[in-house]
Amino acid sequence: MQLGRIALLLITAAMPAAAGVTDTTLDNGLRVIVKEDHRAPVVVSQLWYKAGSMDEHNGATGVAHVLEHMMFKGTGKVPDGQFSKRIAAAGGRENAFTNRDATVYFQQLQKDRLPLSFELEADRMADLQLKEEAFAKEIQVVMEERRLRTEDNPHAVVYEQLMSVAFQAHPYRRPVIGWMDDLQNMRAQDARDWYQRWYAPNNATLVVAGDVDPQEVIALARKEYGRLANKPLPVRKPQDEPPQRGEKRIVVKAPAKQPYVLMIYRAPGLDDADKDVMPWAMQVLAGVLNGNDSARLDKRLVKEQRIAVEAGASYDGISRGPGLFYLDGTPSEGKSAAELEKALRAEIRRIQHAGVSEEELNRVKAQVIAGDVYQRDSVFYQAMQLGELATLGLPLDLLEKRVDKLKAVTADQVRAAARLLTDDRLSVAVLDPLPISASARKPSMEVKHAR
Amino acid sequence: MRVKQFLLLLGALVVAVPAWAGVAIQHWTTPQGTRVYFVENRDIPMLDVAIDFPAGSRHDTPGKSGLAALTHTMLDQGAGGMSDIVIAQRLADVGAVLGGGFDQDKAGVSLRTLSSARERDAALEVLMAILHKPQFPQAAMQRERARMLAQLRDEDSRPGEVAAKAFYRALYGDQGYGLPVAGTAKGLNKIVRGDLQAWYRMRYRAADAVISVIGDMSRAEAEKLARRIAAGLPQGAPAPAAAPVSPRPPTEKRIAHPSLQSHVLIGQVGMARSDPDYFALYVGNHVLGGSGFDSRMLEEVRQKRGYAYSAYSYFIPMAQPGPLLIGLQTKNEQVEDARKVALETVARFVAEGPTEAELAQARNNLVGGFPLRIDSNKKIMDYLRAIGFHKLPLTYLDDWVKNVESVTLEQIRDAFKRRVDPGALSVVVVGGDAG
Repeated sequence: MQLGRIALLLITAAMPAAAGVTDTTLDNGLRVIVKEDHRAPVVVSQLWYKAGSMDEHNGATGVAHVLEHMMFKGTGKVPDGQFSKRIAAAGGRENAFTNRDATVYFQQLQKDRLPLSFELEADRMADLQLKEEAFAKEIQVVMEERRLRTEDNPHAVVYEQLMSVAFQAHPYRRPVIGWMDDLQNMRAQDARDWYQRWYAPNNATLVVAGDVDPQEVIALARKEYGRLANKPLPVRKPQDEPPQRGEKRIVVKAPAKQPYVLMIYRAPGLDDADKDVMPWAMQVLAGVLNGNDSARLDKRLVKEQRIAVEAGASYDGISRGPGLFYLDGTPSEGKSAAELEKALRAEIRRIQHAGVSEEELNRVKAQVIAGDVYQRDSVFYQAMQLGELATLGLPLDLLEKRVDKLKAVTADQVRAAARLLTDDRLSVAVLDPLPISASARKPSMEVKHAR
Repeated sequence: MRVKQFLLLLGALVVAVPAWAGVAIQHWTTPQGTRVYFVENRDIPMLDVAIDFPAGSRHDTPGKSGLAALTHTMLDQGAGGMSDIVIAQRLADVGAVLGGGFDQDKAGVSLRTLSSARERDAALEVLMAILHKPQFPQAAMQRERARMLAQLRDEDSRPGEVAAKAFYRALYGDQGYGLPVAGTAKGLNKIVRGDLQAWYRMRYRAADAVISVIGDMSRAEAEKLARRIAAGLPQGAPAPAAAPVSPRPPTEKRIAHPSLQSHVLIGQVGMARSDPDYFALYVGNHVLGGSGFDSRMLEEVRQKRGYAYSAYSYFIPMAQPGPLLIGLQTKNEQVEDARKVALETVARFVAEGPTEAELAQARNNLVGGFPLRIDSNKKIMDYLRAIGFHKLPLTYLDDWVKNVESVTLEQIRDAFKRRVDPGALSVVVVGGDAG
């Protein structure tokens, strides 16, 4: 018995994963990642649960985020509100957020106050008291949050509506904050079920970054989190989206002063960190289009043609679900959304036909290299990246390899990436503004919902 | 029982002041009168530089509201013989990032670059052109004005933005801090290129400029850099001071908007950055509405009643007295109830002040959290810029903890009683029917 335990400890002994990063897994399945950064005497602790809105089911959309709110409402040992009070009393900052892929809780503290964070966070992993009365109030707060971020924000409405059209089977079709009707019909038991199902050490990753000693952090994690029991997790079904059978289009009417167009292409996402090339080429493509003030969309559509007052491109390919490539923009006065859409498509076509120049490519790479240096200024951001990689099951050394992967992208690969952006993978939404002055009240890109 | 345990914990934490050397700020003035604030930090091979001028929107006139913002926007849209696109390309080629910083008081230009010589020198070259030789090309000006007008239209569709503009106007009228930061359509349309050139020559002078530098650079190099920046700026006497703030009588403004929520903003003229009551009001407001889940405002409006996602109060300290701003958003049907709770919360706080326990909690949070305020170059840079622009003591960061700790219950009560009149707050409600 005794020997067995020691052997196990040896096997799971912390191994260096990437420069300055220690990665280990406790006996109960909790993965612990520590990133040393000794610039300031502070520490951030983030607990990532692999449970986001994509794990929800119809009728209970938004429950991942609602539970996140309820996690501050008290345990057997720590009464309602005292989590925040105790962190605040220790000089800490704390909050949480939910996205499609995960729910994340974090605290930032002076380095010697990390034990408090672990004590409180471990406590609420297993002992949340989800009371009816607290739930009844908090669900009202969440509905206000939905009104604030989505219902009264025309671009957010466009995004929500278009995602629900771009995907028919995959759960990315559902908004993180949940449909209003589901929120109105949600019960405390829905949140309890969610908590029971997904909150367990073997469904979580603890990321600690800052002025700490990795072995001490791991020992502390073992003390506070190590006693929690793991539990069997539900089987995750892929829910893959069937092939798209042609372009999709919607019109969204909402009170606004200007039209807006949003285009979403289904694109390859990163699966194999060693072999995949297209996700990196897609990222460079987004940089060529929109990575700086001289990038193509700004240069051609905003500055030269003046067809848009804003135009953007972005790629989201590091996620649990399918990759997505976005184009969007607001037409200039006197120009229509249709004209802007045509111009955006023309920019994609130009790259499909003529590719990109070495100069453009090098410019994007220079920004990648510099950005890699600048990000060291934020310990929080570094922890975010580690948590994301871990939650996605990607190797942590991608944090460094990422730069080399991007530097290796060729002009031909960027063109090949652009050629994947075909009409049959596209969904388009156009915002048709309703007047602001009239009291026409209509229902209504929020991926992340902080508490 | 629970309360007791909690207080015990507080007691344990009170004394734990960080034993950590603060930030070593070096300060000097160039021959042109430009003040320089410098922190050498070699941890990361990068450099941040910022230059701030007293050229914010409060210096606009109502007739040409937006001149300050448009001039600031136009600095990098053609300079030193380079077009807007060439400027952007040269910066992007070396991975440099140009930033800004524009508000009612100030207009700023900031640059983050790698500190390696090739990248740094190329980026600084562009920065010098932007600061010293902006050309304000006519075509680019028209385009940027059109974009600002589009931005104003966009803001008109957002109840929160509509409320914020109406709030400043209610407090300060049609001048100074009451003018919209990005101008008005009417004002922007009246501006001609000559206005921008004149504004630049008058408002971007070396004598008024404040340079902040942090990063991988020696003092000698920083001195050289500052000299170069200052020498190329418009010379001449400092720009004339703006008229002092003259607060308006309290008012109530309701604006209809086709939104599900109403945005409520409540407040009055508050304090300046240099205010002698600064720390008493700051620490007091931490309890009232400045500390999120630890504050009375969020407790009353959100935690107890579920009225809103966010509810807060802040003093916004500016060069002249800025506002005390109390805000929340709630569904139209319950806006009166929510507003009442917010007003009662302020009134009660002004009448009674915080409790001993609340003050201890605020103090612990602020003092214990101090290291988090200066844990990155970016955060330190923000302090450098504020210290420089508002002429705060060089020891501002060193003294911060002491200043927070020394605030007493009596000082907070006294300051709030003198400075906040719950019976004379202006109220702006945007959303639903005007009622």
